[in-house]
Amino acid sequence: MGNFFKNINRNKALLFMVLPGTIWFFFFSYLPLAGTIVAFKEYRFSRDGFWASIFRSEWVGWDNFKFLFSTDDAFTITRNTLLYNLAFIILGLIFSVLLAIILSELVNRKLSKIYQTGMFLPYFLSWVIVGYFVFSFLSMDRGLLNQILGWFGMDPIQWYSEAKYWPYILIIVNLWKSIGYSSVVYLAAILGIDKSLYEAAMIDGASKWQQIRGITIPMLTPIMTIMTLLAVGKIFYADFGLFYQVPRDSGTLYAVTNVIDTYVYRGLMTTGEIGMSAAAGLYQSIVGFVLVIISNYVVRRVDKDSALF
Amino acid sequence: MQTTRNSGKAGRIRKPRDFHQISKGWNIAFNLIAGLFALACVFPFVFVVIISLTDESVLASEGYRLIPSQWSLDAYRYIFESGDTLLRAYGVTIAVTVIGTIVSLIMISLYAYAVSRKGFRYRRFFSIFAILTMLFNGGMIPTYMIVAQLLGLKNSIWALILPLAMNAFYVMILRTFYSTSVPDALVESGKIDGAGEFRIFLKIIVPLSLPGLATIGLFSTLGYWNDWFNALLYIDNPNLVPLQSMLMRIESSMQFIQQNSANANISMAALQSLPQDTARMAMVVLATLPIIFAYPFFQRYFVQGLTIGAVKE
Repeated sequence: MGNFFKNINRNKALLFMVLPGTIWFFFFSYLPLAGTIVAFKEYRFSRDGFWASIFRSEWVGWDNFKFLFSTDDAFTITRNTLLYNLAFIILGLIFSVLLAIILSELVNRKLSKIYQTGMFLPYFLSWVIVGYFVFSFLSMDRGLLNQILGWFGMDPIQWYSEAKYWPYILIIVNLWKSIGYSSVVYLAAILGIDKSLYEAAMIDGASKWQQIRGITIPMLTPIMTIMTLLAVGKIFYADFGLFYQVPRDSGTLYAVTNVIDTYVYRGLMTTGEIGMSAAAGLYQSIVGFVLVIISNYVVRRVDKDSALF
Repeated sequence: MQTTRNSGKAGRIRKPRDFHQISKGWNIAFNLIAGLFALACVFPFVFVVIISLTDESVLASEGYRLIPSQWSLDAYRYIFESGDTLLRAYGVTIAVTVIGTIVSLIMISLYAYAVSRKGFRYRRFFSIFAILTMLFNGGMIPTYMIVAQLLGLKNSIWALILPLAMNAFYVMILRTFYSTSVPDALVESGKIDGAGEFRIFLKIIVPLSLPGLATIGLFSTLGYWNDWFNALLYIDNPNLVPLQSMLMRIESSMQFIQQNSANANISMAALQSLPQDTARMAMVVLATLPIIFAYPFFQRYFVQGLTIGAVKE
């Protein structure tokens, strides 16, 4: 015990440095974990504060989960979350690698830089702003898209109430926002490839295409694998902003825009079904945790240095 | 194999790597693809700028046009005349961004320094303590309860600052950055000279890892500037609404401007002549402009940040 205090004393400066962060992690990461027990309670808000609210709410066991999984919502939000993320991962990978290769092969370096600057922009904008951008295209009476339809003599479309278009819209908007950034990641990896590999290939008479297929892509495979696995680890978490801001919270679109995160939010703020949405949240946390562990395990097998832990 | 001989400036002396070039046709095709995508990324912003400069009266008849028949600055004039709402939102966002970035930089850089020190006895424990938080997530509801109820931050400016203040991922990036950019021997020599940990941190670590700190600082500046989610959850008080959140609220209620205009007794006729649509787009432009101006910095450090993360111990 005396030793313990001696160690504390010896490390007190460094302990003092981690103190603010540690307190933060406790309140914002660890305590919420304990708070997930509300998923097993009939939550009643108490004026006496947080602890009173938790302890005075009645235990209901698995009821919240039973209700959740007896509705269609559970299936819809799981399907939407998984399928959208799957589309984002696959299409995002293909397009950003293609774009990175294109950028790396451009003869004019200056132009390549200018293109990169343009592509990078959406990454810096918030979903609120992007929501407005999308609205300027999709607005029923003023939007650009309906005007273009008009040129071809077609009837305007009520974009914000026609669910069938939204899977495409959401995928396009998400790719638009993220590809520029991820292609720069891949571009950095391409520029890091040892130039002598290409020299050797040139001497052997390999064409540019053979070089791309035989050198660039194989050299990119590890980082592609890792980025993909890390994304798979997060496949159970949806980008709240994309699914909430871009469709403007339009009720008729919920069938194709409701994901786990928006469902939990609406349970908390609008419908007041706290128990059920806490259950959905815990369901997300647990599956998400398992997926992160699995994907990190696989990443570790592929490349030890890229694993999170 | 055919190679193009001219890259940009004619007559430039060719570097050996240019022998790897693709053919002329493919180069044009690649330029088209990359150029069109880059254009598509920038176009919506330009379009919104154009809408904000359109005369409200022609919007109803011709919709959002690339080249409107009548231009006007009314939207901006309107915002600056009636908009202490906008100014206040700007103020909240700036305050949150500045305070938040400082607070988070201090917390993250100190934590990262401590866990990077090999002599720190509890190094492993605090590393794992941070890394674990990347793996699980209590979720929105428990977090909401803690911030709103336990910490009592509902309708407080700290509800916009604290939830984004710490980030285990940035801690790990910075820890890696310290260990690659500051030689251990330097820290040890500081110790031998009798400097305390805080002194070593301020005099040796900080000056040597400025690029890393700048990267993390910019990440968090951007995070705070673009945040609307915390305001959505925790802020009802109209005086504390940040910019992004205000735009969101306007979006959900078109009547927002009228309700909040400084002039409460505007007649119905005046209400109808308000530049609604253009004014909203003008606010989008005003919320985005600072990012456009800061863009060169962001781009440089973000690309740098990507490569920092790639180098591990």
